Amino acid sequence: MKLTGSEIIMECLLQEGVHVMFGYPGGAILPTYDAMTKYENRLHHVLVRHEQGASHMADGYARATGEVGVCIATSGPGATNLVTGLATAMMDSSPILAITGQVPIPAIGSDAFQETDVTGVTLPITKHNYLVTDVRDLAYTMKEAFHIARTGRPGPVLVDVPKDVQLALTEFEYPEGEIVLPGYHPPSSADGSEISDALRLIEEAERPIILAGHGIMMSGAMQELRELSERAQIPVTLTLLGKGGMPEDHPLVIGMMGMHGEASANLAIQEADLLIALGMRFDDRVTGNLKTYARNARKIHVDIDRSEINKNVKADVGIAGDLKTVLTQMLPKLKPKSHPEWIGRIRDWLEDSSERDILNYETPGRLLTAQVINDIWEHTQGEAITVTDVGQHQMLEAQYYPHQRPATLLTSGGLGTMGFGFPAAIGAKFGKPEEEVWAIVGDGGFQMTLCELATAAQENVNVNIAIINNFFLGMVRQWQELFYEKRYEATPLFNPDFCKLADAYRIPNRRVTKRDEIADAVQFARDIDGPTLIEFVVEKEEMVYPMVPAGADLHDMKRRPKPGEG
Amino acid sequence: MTSQVDINKVTVVALVENEPGVLNRIASLFRRRAFNIDSLTVGRTHKPHISRMTIRVVAGPEYARKIATNLQKLVNVIDVRVLDNEPHVERDLALIKVRNDDADSRNTITEICDRYPARIVDVGPKVAIIEMVATEEILEEFIDEVRPTGIVEMIRTGVVSMGRGTRIHDTNFTRRDLAKIQNQISAGGNGNVI
Repeated sequence: MKLTGSEIIMECLLQEGVHVMFGYPGGAILPTYDAMTKYENRLHHVLVRHEQGASHMADGYARATGEVGVCIATSGPGATNLVTGLATAMMDSSPILAITGQVPIPAIGSDAFQETDVTGVTLPITKHNYLVTDVRDLAYTMKEAFHIARTGRPGPVLVDVPKDVQLALTEFEYPEGEIVLPGYHPPSSADGSEISDALRLIEEAERPIILAGHGIMMSGAMQELRELSERAQIPVTLTLLGKGGMPEDHPLVIGMMGMHGEASANLAIQEADLLIALGMRFDDRVTGNLKTYARNARKIHVDIDRSEINKNVKADVGIAGDLKTVLTQMLPKLKPKSHPEWIGRIRDWLEDSSERDILNYETPGRLLTAQVINDIWEHTQGEAITVTDVGQHQMLEAQYYPHQRPATLLTSGGLGTMGFGFPAAIGAKFGKPEEEVWAIVGDGGFQMTLCELATAAQENVNVNIAIINNFFLGMVRQWQELFYEKRYEATPLFNPDFCKLADAYRIPNRRVTKRDEIADAVQFARDIDGPTLIEFVVEKEEMVYPMVPAGADLHDMKRRPKPGEG
Repeated sequence: MTSQVDINKVTVVALVENEPGVLNRIASLFRRRAFNIDSLTVGRTHKPHISRMTIRVVAGPEYARKIATNLQKLVNVIDVRVLDNEPHVERDLALIKVRNDDADSRNTITEICDRYPARIVDVGPKVAIIEMVATEEILEEFIDEVRPTGIVEMIRTGVVSMGRGTRIHDTNFTRRDLAKIQNQISAGGNGNVI
């Protein structure tokens, strides 16, 4: 049967198991929108209010489900508005497929109305991209795009489809069989010698530590990680995106590492004699000064992306492979071990951390972000999917909302995209309708994508928005306080009345200014089947501790003063 | 002739799909990872859908491996090899336009060309064009000798390299043809010995 290019796009989406797409129409993508009318029972289109929102929603959907999230935009400005979302997904290895309209082929290169070289613009921020110039290539290209997005190290793929290709007719047949590409062979298993080298280092280690990243969950290696850690009694520290890879109440999990990580985790890395880095990439926010990073440790590094091995930190044993496969190869030969002294030392550091904990401070008349996050955690039984924005509230979420299950903390780690949280939460809810979803966002970042309140209301998405309002760009202010002698240039915010704003969108809302109001507000949000907004008015000049200043040694942390110290 | 590779220069050879935009993808990668290209050549192989690149970078072998792993990540890059220790043949082609307007310079040029694998391919009353194909090192030597007579224009192709012996760097891949792909993927040998 002959179908138009637009219908082929829809058929391909269905073949790949897509049920929902996030997008915004426009001239060059109109044929595809027209085709949607025939598919609306099977493919739900969510109309966003800005294409950036669509890209983050697709990303949130992808992170929550592990499936490819789909966003659609028109040519020119529609496509360029996706850029921030594509870059965000690229940095955090999130599988999304962006479909963009393009001006008709004869107009390409003529500076036509709403023409942008979208494949050129998105080249460095997509895993791969395509400009489809022949409708006969479309089905194959779509299949290839899904394959590339979801396999290996996942990432965003963009397919740019000129308007005349969307309109052209061709025989449709979805290509059967596995996609095989000449230059695309993600590694899977490790060599026997690599496995035995890694096992030897583990056996010889007295102070080993596992650094578990996002790759654990992407590979589905949660059980294997746990077995490795338990059998060889190796403590586990998590990256921000690795949270959920192992339950945080597990006695061997010592919390998050890095710039705002647990002091005990950072000290353990610096004192360790072996780092076992699994599915993480030694980001500068994780290592601090590379020259002094884990100087006494040998390093085993397993990652699916070969170019990550030896990029920032030299590996003694570097394995390019799929984590679940590699750990499954390793586990049968792993001998039980114990490191009571080493674990005892880390426990001592942990106790020091809890002494500096903010939660039990007397704070009469002031509401602290940590208290808000902790209480949301408590009243959601730690079971919600939380989607954060970027800044102080994000780091405090990481510190005060322990996650037990994979893919329950969704956050922009690599790119640090303000404005990500709220739309990504909408996408996550579409992916996981049975889960409770909270968008925990700052007053700054929320205002970057708040237009999606209309999307949430129109679709009646059951997302609970917690705005942590300190009337500041808090993290920038923190840096200004510490490193720029409190010159608060461009960080104090004039904010709208967020509750009135929610009213304008007919979204139920509350404002919380005291700690004893939190429980009631959280319950209010949970009881409503639809979007809700709670504004938490918090202390203006709060700090996130511990903090490793950018470029400083990982052990050189600024610590929260103990009560009475100042 | 086996090349004498400059200690600071490494040769990376890549097989890529001959598709629009592939060169752009590679150039973009070099730019965003801040890799410095000394020369880059690209041309079709005996299979029209596959092109081959020779990339010379000013770098140590470790850095070259970084480049190789990043290149390999590009979907259109079929195979990458760093030719640092492997014996290989390398050639650089130059067209050099020199002054030729008196007997002295004519004699000097002819004399120099006789000692090198160079030939004069175009002669006019004022200038001549010399064509020279050699390793980069010998070409540099030649240019230094010719320079005093007055080079007015020059173009070089950049280095192309090929490993010696029976270890071939090739692939039998045909695109967009699934049945063929499945038959040929095992036969297409990257680094296979014929």
